[in-house]
Amino acid sequence: MKLSTPKRTILQCAFLLAAALMIVCGINRGEQETVWNKAANICLECIGLG
Amino acid sequence: MNNTVKRKLIQLAAFGFTNTHIGNFAAGKLYTGKWKQFCNPGLHCYSCPAATLACPIGAMQAVAGSMQFNFSFYVVGFLLAVGVLLGRFVCGWICPFGLVQELFYKIPSRKCRLPKLFTYVKYVILILFVIVLPVTATNYMGMGKPAFCQYICPSGTLFGGIPMTATHPELRTTTGFLFGLKMGILLLTIIASVFVFRFFCKTLCPLGAIYGLLNKVSIHHLDVDKSSCIQCGKCARTCKMDVNPVTSPNSAECIRCGACAAACPKQAIQLGFRNHSK
Repeated sequence: MKLSTPKRTILQCAFLLAAALMIVCGINRGEQETVWNKAANICLECIGLG
Repeated sequence: MNNTVKRKLIQLAAFGFTNTHIGNFAAGKLYTGKWKQFCNPGLHCYSCPAATLACPIGAMQAVAGSMQFNFSFYVVGFLLAVGVLLGRFVCGWICPFGLVQELFYKIPSRKCRLPKLFTYVKYVILILFVIVLPVTATNYMGMGKPAFCQYICPSGTLFGGIPMTATHPELRTTTGFLFGLKMGILLLTIIASVFVFRFFCKTLCPLGAIYGLLNKVSIHHLDVDKSSCIQCGKCARTCKMDVNPVTSPNSAECIRCGACAAACPKQAIQLGFRNHSK
């Protein structure tokens, strides 16, 4: 299915707005701290030991 | 500069940017700075000693499997933004593990195409291993494990598992069935990548599945000028991702490598942010 250009543009704007709101909401909840905690330590599951 | 050289240079630059802490390999330690709270657009294990950024698939599972949260707005929002802007351009031009597979594909051998059915496996992996299991398979504290990283991810084994176990004798003593399973998947991926172009991207990558779904609406897209197209089929024959750009320019499998646009004798295929279709 090929989307018409105006429909595509509306969808793109809606998705980008939703993405921005989600990022702000995630930062507000402190999710980036959880990401940093996981990423800054050895992830045993990731390396096949967990 | 032709498209192939340009793409390879950008892939190498992206690989370098995501692995700026190369000196950490010798000591087997990780970079722990603040950049690690940001996600990498491509698949790259955050337990790789050189990694600058966090893996988005690992981060999504880590947040969803944590005690405080069941869903990551932060990571999903990031993936949605990147996917809407670039779609699978990320796979074709930025992803470090994509580059690794392309290098293995350069080994001279008989090349094969996969049946289309295999391309749906990555959606099952996304739903089951990335979304469902980290939230449902929890311990008594309500914490889930990153199931995709734990049981499948060959990028984690290659960039994280091998260097970390090589430099940490205490980690080597704890290797067992899981490590063997992941080494087996890595070996299978490497061998398959010699014969099938980007085997992992086509069949197993949950990140490719997310960006693939967003290919339909991404701002960076492929346009085919039907009035110039002479239906020679050169573009479809050139495509290593088995896509026909004329019939499905925004296919979930298209990694926007631009090989079809370069092959078109009528310059009827355009790749970019602007709308070219007439």
